[in-house]
Amino acid sequence: MTWEAVIGIETHIELRTRSKMFCGCPTEFGGEPNRNVCPVCLGLPGALPVPNEKAIEWTIALGVALGCAIAPHSVFHRKNYFYADLPKNYQISQYDLPLCVGGHLEVDAGAGVRRLGITRVHLEEDTGKSTHLGGGGRIHDADATLLDFNRSGIPLVEVVSEPDIRTPDEARAYAQELRGVVLALGISDARLEEGSMRFDGNVSLRAAGGGPFGTKVEVKNMNSLRSLHRALAHEIERQGKILDGGGAVAQETRHWDEEAGRTGAGRSKEESSDYRYFTEPDLVPLAVDDATVSRIRAALPELPAARRARYVAAGIEENAARTLVAGGLAELFDAAVLLGATARTAANWLTGEVTAYLNRTGGDAAASLALDAAGLAELAAMVDGGELSSTAAKDVLTGVLAGEGTPRTIAVARDLLQVSDESTITALVAAVLADHPGEVARVAAGEDKLVGFLVGKVMRSGGGKADPKIVDRLVREQTSR
Amino acid sequence: MIPAGAWCLEPGAWCLVPGAWCLPGTIRFMPVDIDITKVARLARIGLTAEELAAYSTQLQGILEHAARVQALPSEGVAPTAHPLPMVNAFRPDEVEPTLDREEVLAQAPDREGPYFRVPPFLED
Amino acid sequence: MDLADLSVAEAGARLRAGEVSSVDLLDAVRRRASMTEAILHAYLTIDHAGARAAAEAADAALARGEDFGPLHGIPIALKDNMVTRGIETTCASRILAGYRPPYDATVVERLKRGGAVIFGKTNLDEFAMGSSTENSAYGTTRNPWDPDRVPGGSSGGSAAAVAVGSAFAGLGSDTGGSIRQPGSLTGTVGMKPTYGLVSRYGLIAFASSLDQIGPLTRTVDDSVTVFEAIAGHDPSDATSYRGPLPEVRSALDAGVKGLKVGIVRELSGEGTEPDVAASFQVTLDLLAGAGAEIRELSLPSTEYALSAYYLIAPAECSANLARFDGVRYGPRLPGKSVEEMMSATRRDGFGPEVTRRILLGTYALSAGYYDAFYGQAQKVRTLVINDFRRAYAEVDVLVTPTSPTTAFAVGEKAGDPLAMYLSDICTIPSNLSGDPAISVPCGLDSSGLPVGFQVLAPALGEAVMFRVAKAVERLSRFTARPALATSEGAA
Repeated sequence: MTWEAVIGIETHIELRTRSKMFCGCPTEFGGEPNRNVCPVCLGLPGALPVPNEKAIEWTIALGVALGCAIAPHSVFHRKNYFYADLPKNYQISQYDLPLCVGGHLEVDAGAGVRRLGITRVHLEEDTGKSTHLGGGGRIHDADATLLDFNRSGIPLVEVVSEPDIRTPDEARAYAQELRGVVLALGISDARLEEGSMRFDGNVSLRAAGGGPFGTKVEVKNMNSLRSLHRALAHEIERQGKILDGGGAVAQETRHWDEEAGRTGAGRSKEESSDYRYFTEPDLVPLAVDDATVSRIRAALPELPAARRARYVAAGIEENAARTLVAGGLAELFDAAVLLGATARTAANWLTGEVTAYLNRTGGDAAASLALDAAGLAELAAMVDGGELSSTAAKDVLTGVLAGEGTPRTIAVARDLLQVSDESTITALVAAVLADHPGEVARVAAGEDKLVGFLVGKVMRSGGGKADPKIVDRLVREQTSR
Repeated sequence: MIPAGAWCLEPGAWCLVPGAWCLPGTIRFMPVDIDITKVARLARIGLTAEELAAYSTQLQGILEHAARVQALPSEGVAPTAHPLPMVNAFRPDEVEPTLDREEVLAQAPDREGPYFRVPPFLED
Repeated sequence: MDLADLSVAEAGARLRAGEVSSVDLLDAVRRRASMTEAILHAYLTIDHAGARAAAEAADAALARGEDFGPLHGIPIALKDNMVTRGIETTCASRILAGYRPPYDATVVERLKRGGAVIFGKTNLDEFAMGSSTENSAYGTTRNPWDPDRVPGGSSGGSAAAVAVGSAFAGLGSDTGGSIRQPGSLTGTVGMKPTYGLVSRYGLIAFASSLDQIGPLTRTVDDSVTVFEAIAGHDPSDATSYRGPLPEVRSALDAGVKGLKVGIVRELSGEGTEPDVAASFQVTLDLLAGAGAEIRELSLPSTEYALSAYYLIAPAECSANLARFDGVRYGPRLPGKSVEEMMSATRRDGFGPEVTRRILLGTYALSAGYYDAFYGQAQKVRTLVINDFRRAYAEVDVLVTPTSPTTAFAVGEKAGDPLAMYLSDICTIPSNLSGDPAISVPCGLDSSGLPVGFQVLAPALGEAVMFRVAKAVERLSRFTARPALATSEGAA
């Protein structure tokens, strides 16, 4: 039997507000354990939560960007479950009245654009972090658990997709596109490896072409786009084998083990029906009026889809446009173009050398690049003005990325500036032609392929710095006399 | 007096509460069956079997009284979660002073360096 | 007259006249406490050093000409469910034994800013759950009018301390009557403000949508003074009221002439002791004689208020008390896993009444039962509010006996939770509606125990509430003092 996967994705995104969701503690990542804590995020007796207005605005902004309806009336609920990293042993979250409902995201996983539904976007608080000590490093072998509450109470947005996703490729494309939207809005660092953006998948199989949904398995602990793809592919295969063998898929939560390349049955927290949700009595309802939504909508930045469309319209290839936007290089690109860089030249470098550099160094932040818009524009101007060959330009770019200086200082230091002065090149050409009378005669007789040989000789005699276009022209002129 | 859970003679109506006055047709039956073991586990209170049985009986009595709330016609009545008709109480996104870590950890029953320490998480 | 028997107003006047110092006032309550505590056990913690330092600071400030307000230099008692930085705060529970909070509750900050001297932390029913102060893990508080009887609860410690004179005023918290009922049983003035007027930040929550801090005092004037000191918007409490506070002083002595006073048919009948009913009627007649127009009203939903309360309060408490898990503070029992540790710690740490309510609330919120219990209770809450709204369209205030009984004997109701719950019948509706209410002593029963007269007003109606309360105080001429407070009794 052929199975079709039905995948829904829950994405948790930590907002990079200055302070936490319900208290004034700083949200900075890292730092010493249990430094960024106060009575509220430690769940001390008597403490009360007060919502961060910025976090609410940003959640609305994300909802608007995803085409959601913003609820005029929404409330926070308490989600009750005991867990040592959850200080109050309930999480302030949203239940049946979330801030944003019913949006969509268009993604292209290579098989054309598909519109994937967004069920809801809601706001909650993050938990603390637990470190399991001792044993074989596995959770249930641990001798003790250490708790750090710095992360406790950081605003966490949850985006729940409809079960519209059909393949791991599509899931990855969805995750990438959502990340792009979040980055464009500037509401989160969305760093997967630091956990500021996290994905859980719900996977079931059904007969290809439709039919009722199968039993749903929740897959957790997918800490990169790569592991999201691998985990879903593995889970689809696992369920397929069970169903092919006539078995039944158990409804459960499974954890992805990146090293082992498989999912395993996870610890069972409370059943979702045991969360005993009820309205958070320490908070009052949220009332979002149309004016607020309009104001937030008007202030939205250009979103990835619109940006890609703009680039394609400017003559950049679809793939390059995608890479620029997804790679977080679009700001740099736009600024360089504004400073006079040719769009295609800048796009080529950014999607080529710069992207390769970022992949190699593992950095995902364009902000950490030593290359800035001015440098990129300068480099492009040097190529356009004939001062640098495109080959030399790549050398210079490498130097810039390594932090050696500006394009011009590097070109000068590495002696890469091109000779474009015609009288200098004419003299070089004349000398080479004088040394190769036989070849000159054969060119004159129509053996055109020898032009390249002569050009090569001239380039070599000029130390590779003569502008090859001028050399080529002069060789042809002088051999045709 | 009609025992809890027994049928009323009035067709379609049920009775919940011994001694409670019955509004025929408006009282809905809510059996008070308590899975006290599960309730205690959800509440993380490790009671003995005898304690569970005793609490179960007490809860039964209180809930049968509390079940009177079901006798009040509430069609179309909106629930009140909060006595104040207030909305949108926010704080600005500003960083405020944090607690002194030593003062906080001094209250911990167990710690390891800058961390709170607890026994391991076990799978059920 | 012993200084400890002065009202806040009288003590403040003598302080400002230079006749006494704050240290003198502190010494007076310390002496009274030392004579009565062995019997009463009103306090869980007395902060002798902190109070002494605060009294000296208050005296020094006055000497410099700095007067922080009407509570300047006045020794005050705090119910031990309000956190005090560095001072043990237990909620009368084993689960918080030895806990020293790293911060002050907003009310504590406000009192300190107003120059008050925090004398100590008073006993309560564990986590404020109870009506007798018998549910304390650290022993029962006794009633200064008769030590064989309870002082009411859950703010029984503050009420007893104020009644006997081991504090000039006290703070309590009221979730279902926990200020007013002990006020009634100890012959003191107990007031619950409109929900949201006093910050709950630092009040260890029992039921967040019902809890409100308020004063226990010996006079209505003092009640106004303490109310004004602690009320006001607090940005740390999202449920804190943001509008202007009701102005309560200007009409305080205006009397009741022309006011419409409603009595509630459902709250003045069965279950009320004859002596209580008689005292209530006498007071009503006095009000009528003073020009109030008395009307009888029906609030049909109040019959269901008690049931709704005993679903809503436990539901909220089951979540509020989840944080007591042995991880970050409080004692811990051992366990092989964190779950075992939590279950053992919570079983050992919570007393039977708290355990009962946590289980009740957990059940009431469970899937399958939510709509029938918690959801339905929230609808009843709406109906209670609607009933009050209709009533206040007709009358200015409603009045009831505060409690159907006077102080009952220690142990009398301890074995019957439901009977105990029923004693809150008159006080619970205003917690559900969030409206203000006050209990004023109006007489003594045949055993010489005080009877409380309750005045209810609409939300933010503190002005008319205090005005009627003041009239009741004046008309009933209640001047009796508990035996234990007099020199013979205290000796």
